[in-house]
Amino acid sequence: MFSHGFVDSGSPFACKSGKSNKPRGGGGPGVEKVAGVAAVSSGFDLNIGRVGECSLSQFQQYQTEGFYDELFQEDGRPRAGARALVEMIEELPPGELARRQKAIDQALLRMGITFNVYSDQEGTEKIFPFDIVPRIVEAMQWGHIEAGLKQRIKALNCFIQDVYNEQTIVNEGIVPRELLQEAKSFRPQCVGFTPPQGIWCHITGTDLVRSGDGAIYVLEDNLRCPSGVSYVLQNRMLMKRSFPKIFSASKVRPVIDYPSRLYETLVHLSPQDRPTVVVLTPGMYNSAYYEHSFLAQQMGVQLVEGRDLVVVDRQVFMRTTAGLERVDVIYRRIDDDFMDPLAFRKDSMLGVPGLMSAYLAGNVALANAPGTGVADDKVIYAFVPEMIRYYLNEEPILPNVPTYVCQRAEDRAYVLAHLNELVVKAANEAGGYGMLIGPMSTTEEQAEFARRIEADPRNYIAQPTLSLSRVPTICPDGIEGRHVDLRPYVLYGRSIWVLPGGLTRVALRKGSLVVNSSQGGGSKDTWVVASVPDQVASTEEAL
Amino acid sequence: MLSRVADSIYWMARYVERSENLARFIDVTQYFTLDQPDGAANHWHPLIQVTGDEELYEKYYEQYDAESVIRFLTFERRYPNSILASLTAARENARSVREAISSEVWEHLNDFYHGVLTAEKQFQDDVRAFARYGSADNLFDWIKRSSLVSAGLLDSTMSHGTGWHFANLGRLLERADKTSRILDVKYFTLLPSLDLVGTTIDDLQWSELLRSVSAFEMYRKQYQTITVPRIIQFLILDDLFPRSVRYCLQEALVSLKAIGNHGHLRELQDSPRNRAEEELAGLCRELQLITADEIMSRGMHQFVDHLQRRLNDVGDRVYTQFLLIGP
Repeated sequence: MFSHGFVDSGSPFACKSGKSNKPRGGGGPGVEKVAGVAAVSSGFDLNIGRVGECSLSQFQQYQTEGFYDELFQEDGRPRAGARALVEMIEELPPGELARRQKAIDQALLRMGITFNVYSDQEGTEKIFPFDIVPRIVEAMQWGHIEAGLKQRIKALNCFIQDVYNEQTIVNEGIVPRELLQEAKSFRPQCVGFTPPQGIWCHITGTDLVRSGDGAIYVLEDNLRCPSGVSYVLQNRMLMKRSFPKIFSASKVRPVIDYPSRLYETLVHLSPQDRPTVVVLTPGMYNSAYYEHSFLAQQMGVQLVEGRDLVVVDRQVFMRTTAGLERVDVIYRRIDDDFMDPLAFRKDSMLGVPGLMSAYLAGNVALANAPGTGVADDKVIYAFVPEMIRYYLNEEPILPNVPTYVCQRAEDRAYVLAHLNELVVKAANEAGGYGMLIGPMSTTEEQAEFARRIEADPRNYIAQPTLSLSRVPTICPDGIEGRHVDLRPYVLYGRSIWVLPGGLTRVALRKGSLVVNSSQGGGSKDTWVVASVPDQVASTEEAL
Repeated sequence: MLSRVADSIYWMARYVERSENLARFIDVTQYFTLDQPDGAANHWHPLIQVTGDEELYEKYYEQYDAESVIRFLTFERRYPNSILASLTAARENARSVREAISSEVWEHLNDFYHGVLTAEKQFQDDVRAFARYGSADNLFDWIKRSSLVSAGLLDSTMSHGTGWHFANLGRLLERADKTSRILDVKYFTLLPSLDLVGTTIDDLQWSELLRSVSAFEMYRKQYQTITVPRIIQFLILDDLFPRSVRYCLQEALVSLKAIGNHGHLRELQDSPRNRAEEELAGLCRELQLITADEIMSRGMHQFVDHLQRRLNDVGDRVYTQFLLIGP
């Protein structure tokens, strides 16, 4: 469920060459004070921070180096929405930006906003690095993204409902039947079922990338248990504390109402007036545990583990100090496979035996609906533009990254002949695993992937390497451009709602295009600039 | 409230209180040794006795010297009740229920834990300086205060419903247990001065014992002169001092009753509603009837042993009553 992107000037997404930036003035009055995120002052200080004692020269040396930059134009001038930000940063005294970055890193550790790395035995908790230079999205650009996402989610939901019921899209030959039958995430248990309100994908986190041509592409649809939205909210909180003035000058749209929107989306699934909603987590050793706990806390609902729930007479209850209590809606952050050992994987210790039977009997609602993953398959992804045309009779607003489906003989031949330039992905892998990065791979790795593709073509797709856009980022030697992607969050309840913002993930290593948190990625706040009628965060949620 | 969550809150509070009490034990022992002529009785060995974990200690350490004992009780990861292990457990419990407690409590415990980790590094860097000069004192005082801050944060940032009462119950049961243990071991160590029972001994060591549970000043206000029966009266049977066993158990009983009453204090019944209340109410009654002289004639150690068995029974009944919910 993570994205990638790789530079290859020979690809259809080749980058334009940029001009050098003009130097910018620095220093001056009008410095903001950092509020509230100072380090602990007990005798036992936390000592972390990836920022050294370097002096940052702000943007004087900043170069776009020919990449599409989210904050600067090719001529080196800031884009309209970034002007206030760039000016304010320029006015900070040398070293101030690094100090604020450090204060934020310490705040993150203090707050325990960490994720767990599975393979890492020593110190399994890590901070998800946060970079204080935000990514800014202009109002008009956002309008385009928002419309495109709504359209896409609507079509995907139609598709899931269709494939578990009439299967018209397959019968009409638009999506090949064998692809569907071989999709590992197709759940026969869901055939003939329609979930409450006909909604399957209640929460989606679509990965978008901007290529060298400046256009936004959909890289992946994450329809199962997309994570990261808690970082969006926490990043915003940290930014408002660190840069209150810049923040209010930039007319940023608020993200604070995500938890209440999520709660409404979940309540919508129950016929009850005040249903009992819970968040189901695999437990505190899961890498996204912080988020599960954060969302439960923000919504004011219980965070449960599988062992807290029990199914009696096809009804779900939780074990409380006052006995068993009925549960109506479950926001489950456990994959289908591990949700119910009676219905799916027998060896799951995390799930709730009988949960699926209670769900199919209509006694409990699950979000996202089991079976939704079928539309999250990387091969099915290639057909989403067709789905939009088929179900909605519209042209896709946001394009897919061109995708070669190895199942098709001609695509496969092309892929095998161009392994050194393409990115090859396994259909059911996530987190940046199971991938071949053509331009960075050895001939042995290419041969290994050729073998795998020929053995199981259904399981592989390939895409051209993209030149991801960049955002200025605090680095040990000053501010440098780093590659980013963007994951907006979409809720499908009474209507489809797109959180104005999202998780901007940034590849912190120089030249790297891998933004995954497990592989050296960090995050940034994403500022969606308000158009005139929009709400503005600074007035709406002033501290 | 979810049973698992209640259980974690209970243990979170218990482990924090445990770390505080260990810090108090170490603190008072350091003061004892400062006033001892060289070659006087070893005060570090009884400190391990008080924990009841001598066997484990001797598995890893050969001598009962200050450095080894402080290392064992404070930083030993192989000892599940060391301060660091207790705080690790407290923090893990807090982390598993951070949506149920306030962010302030979680963030404080997280700081607390990281602070002890930092101290561990200092300790490893320069053990002798740590044990002899300053840092250790500062550390144990800081641990005491951090524990008190977490109790204060729980009190003032969390609704006093079922969850809070579980925290309160855990904290008070742990405190009652530890006050009785420290009295037990110091009573044993100070046996020679028992000849002076009933007289004004004003022994520095007895007053340090009172200081270790922050009882010295309150004791003075009540009794002025120090006698052993009065110390027992004050630390076991006083009904106003917040670290006396009886006070802790009476307050714990109020929380236990509230838990059985959906977290509310209003309309609590006098008669026990469940087996857990029954057990704790019985223990409270026993402490109302017994006198300091009776405890002494029965034998302090026997009394403390009995008390601890009864406390364990209370814990077991709380578990079966509220935390083990079928089917």
